[in-house]
Order: sequence, then C-alpha cells, then structure tokens
Amino acid sequence: MSEIVLEGRNIVRDYHVAGGLFGKAKTVRAVKGVSFTLEKGKTLAIVGESGCGKSTLGRILTLIDPQSEGELLIDGKPINIAKDRVTPEMRRKVQIIFQNPYGSLNPRQKIGEVLGEPLLLNTNKTAAERRELAMQMLVKVGLGPEHYNRYPHMFSGGQRQRIAIARALMLSPSLLVLDEPVSALDLSVQAQVLNLLADLQDEFNLTYVFISHDLSVVRYIADEVMVMYYGEVVEYGTREEVFSNPQHSYTKTLFAATPKSDVASIKARLEKKKAAA
Amino acid sequence: MTKLLEIKNLSVGFDTSSGQFMAVQGIDLSVDAREVLAIVGESGSGKSVAMLAVMGLLPKTATVTADIMTFNGHDMLTMTSKQRREIVGRDVAMIFQEPMASLNPCFTVGFQLEEVLRFHMKMDGKARRKRAIELLELVGIPTPAERLNSFPHQMSGGQCQRVMIAIAIACNPKLLIADEPTTALDVTIQKQILDLLVKLQAEHGMGLIMITHDMGVVAETADRVIVQYKGRKMEEADVLSLFESPKSPYTRALLSALPENATGDRLSTVADFMKNEAANAGVAP
Amino acid sequence: MSNEVSPPVPLVAAPSTARMGRFAEFWFYFSVNKGAVIGLTVLAFLVLVAVLGPLIAPHAPYEQYREALLTPPAWQEGGNSNFLLGTDAVGRDLLSRLIYGARFSLFIGLIVVAISMVTGVILGVLAGYFRGWVDALIMRIMDIILAFPPLLLALVLVAILGPGLFNAMIAIALVLQPHFARLTRAAVMSEKNREYVIAAKLAGAGHIRLMFKTILPNCLAPLIVQGTLSFSNAILEAAALGFLGMGAQPPTPEWGTMLAEAREFILRAWWVVTFPGLAILITVLAINLVGDGLRDALDPKLKRS
Repeated sequence: MSEIVLEGRNIVRDYHVAGGLFGKAKTVRAVKGVSFTLEKGKTLAIVGESGCGKSTLGRILTLIDPQSEGELLIDGKPINIAKDRVTPEMRRKVQIIFQNPYGSLNPRQKIGEVLGEPLLLNTNKTAAERRELAMQMLVKVGLGPEHYNRYPHMFSGGQRQRIAIARALMLSPSLLVLDEPVSALDLSVQAQVLNLLADLQDEFNLTYVFISHDLSVVRYIADEVMVMYYGEVVEYGTREEVFSNPQHSYTKTLFAATPKSDVASIKARLEKKKAAA
Repeated sequence: MTKLLEIKNLSVGFDTSSGQFMAVQGIDLSVDAREVLAIVGESGSGKSVAMLAVMGLLPKTATVTADIMTFNGHDMLTMTSKQRREIVGRDVAMIFQEPMASLNPCFTVGFQLEEVLRFHMKMDGKARRKRAIELLELVGIPTPAERLNSFPHQMSGGQCQRVMIAIAIACNPKLLIADEPTTALDVTIQKQILDLLVKLQAEHGMGLIMITHDMGVVAETADRVIVQYKGRKMEEADVLSLFESPKSPYTRALLSALPENATGDRLSTVADFMKNEAANAGVAP
Repeated sequence: MSNEVSPPVPLVAAPSTARMGRFAEFWFYFSVNKGAVIGLTVLAFLVLVAVLGPLIAPHAPYEQYREALLTPPAWQEGGNSNFLLGTDAVGRDLLSRLIYGARFSLFIGLIVVAISMVTGVILGVLAGYFRGWVDALIMRIMDIILAFPPLLLALVLVAILGPGLFNAMIAIALVLQPHFARLTRAAVMSEKNREYVIAAKLAGAGHIRLMFKTILPNCLAPLIVQGTLSFSNAILEAAALGFLGMGAQPPTPEWGTMLAEAREFILRAWWVVTFPGLAILITVLAINLVGDGLRDALDPKLKRS
C-alpha cells in the first residue's frame, strides 16, 4: 500500500445566505459529508453537473475555503484553515489549475513574473535562479524560453493553460487540483493538454484531483471516480467499477445522456429517423 | 427539392488595428428544407461568423461578399435592411449559446414571447396569450400558463434555452440556426435540448443548422456535416460517412483526438496528425 | 509534444515592441473618435503654450501700461497691435495674462488630480479589498462628502483653511476624491474574485501585494478616464473659487480670478471677460473630449472587435 496523500473525512461545507429585507437567512449545504482517500501518483476524478458541489470541494482541498465540518488530511496532517493559519509548507503542497485560461493569468504580468512569483514569495532564491527555474519549467510544459518576457494576451487558450500548469508546478507540489482544466479548450488542444498532464504526472509522481463534467475525459484520465449529485457522493469507486457497472440511477442517467459518436449509434439513430418519417 | 438556403463563395473580413482579418474565406453552403446541417469547427474557424453574415447581424467593421446568397428564393445580397428584418426572425430564427444572456432580464418570459408574435404575426392580445402558452407547452415547460409571468432569472439555464427555442419557433420559421445551443448546459440538459430541437425540426419540417464544436452533438443530431478550419471548408459529407471514413486529414485528426477514441496511453493530437500528413505528402510542415 | 496548431496572434519578440503594439492598438481605437483627436491637439497646444509661456508672451503678466487702460483688441477700432487681445482695467496685456494663466490652470489640474487620485485610490482599494466594516466606514464618509454640493463644500473648506490657490487646490481635491474611491472600490470588487487573484494568493502573496501589485494595475483603465475628467473639473472649480474670491488672489493671472476682477467692466469692455471665459471653455472642452476618447479606447466593454 503506497502512501496516502489526501484524505477527506465527512467533509461538509455550508453557505450562509444573508436574509434580505423580506427573506430569512438561510443555510445552504453545498457539500454533504464527503469522504475519500487518494494515494500518491493516482488520479481521482470528481464528476457532476453544475451546482453539485464539485468545485466547492475543490476549493476546500486547495485550502482556499475552509470546510464547515469534517476533517481534511494532507500527507497525513489534519488541516482546517478556519482555525489555523496555513503555513507556507502546507501551501506548497497543494496547487490548483482553473477552468478558464483567460481569467487565471494576470493580464499585466509577464509570463516570467507569473512563474517567478511563487518562488519570490516562498523561497530565498535569487533573481537569476528564479529565472533559470522558470525557463526550465517553460520547456517542461512544451513552451520555450523565448516566451519568458511575453504577456498572457499573446498566447492562445491552450498555451495559457500550459502556463497555468507551469505556475502550479513551480513550488513542486505533491497534489494538483484540476478544476475543469480542459473544458474551455478546443478538442485538438484538449488532447495536447491531457497528454501533458499525463506526462507530468509520471515525471513528478503527482497526485491529481480532476474535477470535470465530461465523462469521456474522465474515462481517459482517472484511476478512481467519484460522482456527485446535489452535494452528495452517489458513486465512488475505481474507473472500471464505475464505468462498467454503475450502481446509482443518476450515474446511469449521466452515461445515457453523454453523446455517442461511434458509427453504430449514428446508424441506429438514422434508422430510427427513417422509420419515423 | 429546392434549396432553402444557398450560399456560394461567401467571404467575411473584419477591419482590425492590424489590417483586415479574413474570418470566412470562400465557403459554399446549402440547406434543404427538412434537413439538419451541422457546421463543426474549433474556435476561430469562422463557423458562427458565416451564419451571422446571413442574418445580417455582423458589426459595421465587417465586409461580406458572396456570389450567391439566397434564402427561399429571395436574394439576400440585394435586399434592403427593411426586407431583411421582415425575413429574419420570422422565416429564419436563431438561438445562441448563452440562454441567460439572450433573454432580457427586465421583462417576463411571456412578454418577450408575445412581443415576437405581435411584431411578426400581428396577433391580438388574446390570441397571443393562447399561442404563447401553446409554444411553452411545445418546448416542454411544465405549467406554461404560470411560467409566462416568470422572469428569466427565476428559471434554470435549460429552461431559459427552452424559452429561447419557443421564441425562435414562434413564427413557424423555415430555417432555425442554433449557435452552440447546448455548450453552456449540463450533459443531461444538453440531451433534452438536442432531442427537443430534432423533434421540433421533424414535426415542423424546418431546416436546422447546428453550429457546434462538439463531435458528439454532431453525431447525435446531424444529417449532413460541414467541417470548417480557419475560415475554410475542409470537408462536407453526410454524417455516417464522415464518422466512418473521413476524407480530410483535419477531420481524421479531430476524430482521433476524442478521448473516447484514445488508443493506448496517449491521445493523438491534431498537430501530430497534420505533421504526419505533411510528411506523407512529402511537404515540409 | 509540439506547439499548438494555430500559432497565437502575431508573436512579437521583444517586450519593447510588444508595448509598441499595445500603443498602436490604443491609438487605433482612440483615433476613431475624431473629437478626441481634436481635443488632444488643442490640449497639446495648451501645454506647449504653458511650457513656453515666458518666451512667447509679448509682455510681463503683471506689468501695467498706465497709458493704455482697457484698450480693445487689435482688430477693433481704437485697438493697438501692441496688445493683441487688448488690456484690462489697470493696463495689463490680456494675451500675456492668459498665457501665464494656462500655466496655473494646468498646474492646478495636475496637482488636484494627483492628490485626489492617490488618496481616493488607496481608500477605494482598502474598501473594496477588505469589505466589512472598513468598507462601510470609508464609503459612508465618501457618501457624506458627496452629499454636499461640491462647490459649496469647497467654499466651506477654503473658508476654514483661508483663501489662496494652494488651499483651494486641497479643497477641490477633497471634493473630487470620493469619485476615485468609489470607482476603485467597484473595480477592485469585480477583480478580487478573478482566478488570477486566487492563484496569486495560493502562490503566497500577502494582502499588500495582492491589493497593489496584483489587483490595482488591472483597475487602471477607468481610473485614467476619471482622472482626465476630474482634471477639467478641477480647472472649472478652481476658476469658480477664483471668481468668488476664494481661490487664487489678485493679481495672480488665474483665469477665474481674472474673470472676477473684470466683473464690473462687463458692459463697457467685453473683451476682459470674454477671453478668460473662452480660455476656460476651450480647455475644459478639449480635456473632456480627450477623456471621452480614452474611455472609448480603454474600456473593454465598449471595445469593438
């Protein structure tokens, strides 16, 4: 049994909606008691539709928002940012990559500064060392040193997502939360970024939490799959278990709704149409 | 069968700070009545721009040229903007990607639906109300009479898109253009909306143009497919032969980049594919 | 793993050329607005006049030609080509005084905008970033300032501080500053939840860095526009205070003060009031036109693709 990087025990997140002039204050439970464990080097996919709490959970795992109840353990150490300060060491362990590559890079910051910032704030490296590391990282994610001095607006969506990945890796985290990292990208670019993520996982022995609504991507990348529905986990298991034998009715609905692009199903559809006409 | 919409050699250019940018270059396109045509391409392929040009919805910085552009026998090129307005919205309708943004948040759903009926069909108040309820029922909104008084923000994204479809088909259009109608929606909702669109298309005998980037959507809805890349047409084929034996290297690359078609550990990317093609043809990439 | 299929928008090699490209784009959008280009030309001319004042003014601004009191402009009957725009009640050359006045007006605009922008932006960033009681406290004070008619408040402040150009500038800056604070707060609030800010936070950036290094540079576009519009406002209000005798004191050739001095001669000598008035009008109009052009060019919401 290899070491467990991330563990959630009954994690709950409540949002308090302030009462307006007429309404009463309400509590909305966005995440309802989620538990899971994730081993080093594995990928856990969290699947669900908008509003199911998957991004909220992602923000808790990345130490952006605190959990309301339950325990979160990173590398075996419990952490609750509502109570204790996040130490730089903790910060360095988890990084996130967002969905929208256009919003996640500061438009006024050169790529070099984007990559150097985490080092500047967390380490004592000199400017020259930071530059060197940033250049190396650019090459690793499939860009070149010549991109160091450019601004984000000069890059395409896929290239920006590579830069975001490079930034997240600058502090050598052990866990990467990927919040719909390819859903804003074109199909051809999506394939490139997924390949890159797979390569990097092998190279740095990274652990991924992959949040997505796209089952075909999940099927490709995940080791374990967790299906969420209205804040609850309705299905949790290995990829093979979930995809070959889904238990919950929601999971089945989800599979049925996914468009099928194989020749057989197109033929079936056209037959049906001809019959109806 | 007569062509409902016929376009030959359509080009659209935009004036920008760095000179003219050609978004669409020499596209031929035609749709029959009762046909579902899918235009598929990645961002920047000019798939939306071509249709906006047909609708006359492009900004002033755009220049549109075409050899032929006819809709239902009317020449769209020589038409005055008044004549165009009469056709657009009644005989040609369009639905967009963002259902929430396409509805005016200040007015009720019923008001926006009835406005179209008043403008194009010249119906009186009672008839409008009746037709509006009918339409909402048609697009599968429960308790339509009550829903007429709802504001867009009180409804979900899927319901808003249903309302947009109701508005679009209010005047029994001959052609419906759907620009990424389900991209902003969840998979389960996407399925429902696609089914609805195809059902309405068959029942009303409309032509339907689906603009999308999603091969899955194409496979689920289209009769015929046009693949566009950087403003040019790469391939035109009926849906089955496109998926079975794609002719253009770009289409082949797109299909092999689908995660569900992954062979082994790695996804093949369009870039790899183009390079191989170029190597096979003996041309430097 | 190769690069993207479609190379991004023309890749420019060096950052300096990148900046040039950005400027070219800005100029493309700015020059669409003809009024703004005219405004900019006029403004550039005014700045030139102000800078070269002592060299191009035909007379010293304070020198009184006792033999030529209230001389009409040169083209009128009784005019003197020595005094192109005529002289005032004590025989000072109007043209020279207007040229020196341009220096005062532009100086006032610059200082007032600088003071009000710096304080307003700092308060606005604090309010928008921290929200909660900090926000409530700062914004309620801003609301109180905004509740007064601006000129009246400036008058009260000058009355307390004592009349004079410098005190007038401080008073006007205080009156204009809430606009900056509100604008900054709104911009910061909308930028604060953007993903790049969260990313910077995860990289370990502290509050000060997040506020002023990460968020603020992305809020500058509307502030620049507001800055230009405040510039003309400041000139107007300084003139108004001068006219009421609370701003620059005679014999300073400030345009508003000149108007005030000429008040009693309105009927007898039209030129002593008309020319300073025109100077104020043209300057304010030019700056407002430039401000509009800047808004068109910098506001992403109005940007045409």
